[in-house]
Amino acid sequence: MTEAVIHVHRGGPLLALVGNPNCGKTALFNRLTGSQQKVANYAGVTVERKEGRLLSAAGRALRLLDLPGTYSLNPRSPDERVTCDVLAGRARGEKRPDLVVCVLDATNLRRTLRLVLAVQRLGLPCVVALNMADLAARRGLSIDAEVLSRELGVPVLRTVATAGEGVAELRALLDDKAVWVPAALPDSAADGAADGDHERIKQILQRLQLDQDLPELPSDRLDRVLLHPVAGPLILAAVLFLLFQAVFAWATGPMDLIKDGMAALGEWVGGALPEGWLRSLLVDGLIAGVGGVLVFLPQILILFFFILILEESGYLPRAAFLLDRLMGSVGLSGRSFIPLLSSFACAIPGIMATRSIANPRDRWVTILIAPLMTCSARLPVYALLIGAFIPARQLAWGLQLQGLVLFGLYLAGIVGALCVAWLLKRFTQSGAQVRPLMMELPAYHWPHPRNIALGLWQRAVIFVRRVGGIIMVLTLLLWLLASFPGAPEGASEPAIVYSLAGMLGRGLAPLFEPLGFNWQICLALVPGMAAREVVISALGTVYALSSGGADAAEALSPLIAQSWSLPTALALLAWFVFAPQCIATLAAARRETGGYKTPALMLAYLFGLAYLAAWLTFKISSALLA
Amino acid sequence: MTDLSASSALPAAASAPVTHNTAIDDAKPRAGNTPTLAQLDLGQAMQVLAVQAPAHAPEWADWLAEIGFLPGEAVKILSRGLPGGDPLVVRIGQSTFALRRAEAACVQVQAPDTDGASA
Repeated sequence: MTEAVIHVHRGGPLLALVGNPNCGKTALFNRLTGSQQKVANYAGVTVERKEGRLLSAAGRALRLLDLPGTYSLNPRSPDERVTCDVLAGRARGEKRPDLVVCVLDATNLRRTLRLVLAVQRLGLPCVVALNMADLAARRGLSIDAEVLSRELGVPVLRTVATAGEGVAELRALLDDKAVWVPAALPDSAADGAADGDHERIKQILQRLQLDQDLPELPSDRLDRVLLHPVAGPLILAAVLFLLFQAVFAWATGPMDLIKDGMAALGEWVGGALPEGWLRSLLVDGLIAGVGGVLVFLPQILILFFFILILEESGYLPRAAFLLDRLMGSVGLSGRSFIPLLSSFACAIPGIMATRSIANPRDRWVTILIAPLMTCSARLPVYALLIGAFIPARQLAWGLQLQGLVLFGLYLAGIVGALCVAWLLKRFTQSGAQVRPLMMELPAYHWPHPRNIALGLWQRAVIFVRRVGGIIMVLTLLLWLLASFPGAPEGASEPAIVYSLAGMLGRGLAPLFEPLGFNWQICLALVPGMAAREVVISALGTVYALSSGGADAAEALSPLIAQSWSLPTALALLAWFVFAPQCIATLAAARRETGGYKTPALMLAYLFGLAYLAAWLTFKISSALLA
Repeated sequence: MTDLSASSALPAAASAPVTHNTAIDDAKPRAGNTPTLAQLDLGQAMQVLAVQAPAHAPEWADWLAEIGFLPGEAVKILSRGLPGGDPLVVRIGQSTFALRRAEAACVQVQAPDTDGASA
């Protein structure tokens, strides 16, 4: 190939996957691109546009775009606009697709066919993948692919993307030159208007003998319980409760294993190396610091195990339904729910997910409150403090006090977010409007164990990478600052007190003194701005250096349990519910809103709230415990 | 949770008599007494007659059409939220959607057999 050819085709003809939301596009994308190329987010503005490489049956290399799901080609939100721009050839840095693979939900042809007709009207060649064919068959819907193909004038393939069925046939079809040419439109549709679509779809469905009504589905029976006005909210509360109980109850075994392993490693390294800076770096810096964060991997995996199951099963939109009144009362649409829920994993994907919100004001409010959702980076901090200060007591009905406190912390974040949203509704002009919900409730599915395992694996990799990357770097940096300059001659206190870090910590201490924070905490909060978990590794390093060499590898939690008062620990928990201890989140807010105003506001109001909450917590708990 | 939301929609309607809050009166019958989706009983099988968006949100008509609220489509309410029966779970054609009551009030409905097109 010459350079010019590569420049024009950029790696081959371009295919795009288009379809309604939740019809299995991404599952098909993963099957088609497989291990040929990892599914990576596009750099820059459009995160939702994913690209991969696939090979046709004859081995031709093609590029495949996975586009955000849309109900029509009249975009109403930023993510749908991506799809429409790509199809119209308006997307920056991307040519118009050479072929569109329309992914249809076979259980819901009636609605999904409209999009096919709209894509055809754009004059793009198109192939139809009749996805979820197994589900349709299970519902007693038999769809004659040949009749549908004749009616639409394009090839129609039956696929089950989750099981890989029909993928080989699709690859083979891509070698057929005829599919790359746009189909001639029937006269009725050629006039460029969508008005005739409804009639045409009715005809097609009649010919497919699919125009009868839907019988009751197993999902409907399940929904009668799960969405029941009284039982539904109770079940939702029980599910969330179970989640937080499990985070503590199930994690102890594996956590002890990691903890013991780290302690043994620290002792071994401490014994094997001579006294000196290298031993301090490894034992105080790496093992006490980074190892202290790694301990929380089991809890993070348990949290994501639940989140993944909720996501896979189809229960999440139901939860949004159950909480819709609450969202509406603070001036948010139901569409804000899913971005906010993503923020429980991490606020950054949550802030990006706000692109599916049509109303710019709603989107802005959702971005502002997303950091108040308790992200998984906060979980280790909570777990450390709860483990050190809250007794593992059993309450009535098998409830654990620790799990209950964790639940309360998550709840505090949610309540804080709702209050902020309510204030914005109360005091902004557009807040009083009625907002639409219009959210699809998909049929329930059994979660695929493979998907859950894959999701957990990805989460574990992300966490370990964070620990080995940013957390380790910052911890080592802190160790450096905390070790130099050394103690002067005849110093009575540990060397760290005289170091740069010690000076920094004690410089900040007066500011945080009303909250009950000591200088070690103040110091740990600084690198914690980069990533919340760093606070733990930083405390680990600071306390390891403060306590001298002998028990350096000792676990952090008994150390802080000895040296902090309970009000201090509670105030620090309250601080972490609100504090914007994450630069990456602020950067995401800047990127998504295109300016510094929103992140500046976010930073200011979150620090303000955090300070206020921590101060109140410290004062009230000090008074109560006195 | 519940008492927060119970009072939500009403103050906005009372304080602002201007046009952009007309959707609040969703539960009342519309002109011409055509029943709307918001008024149906649970499980009552009807079909869509027309979609009429409120003046403050004209775009809803298109959005509702896109998700399947088209004349002749079978529609019924599967479930209602608490309190105040808002939002609703609606079966439209072959899909299930959650709608707020104000949105459901845009959908005018009629008994399934009136135009003889039911299967």
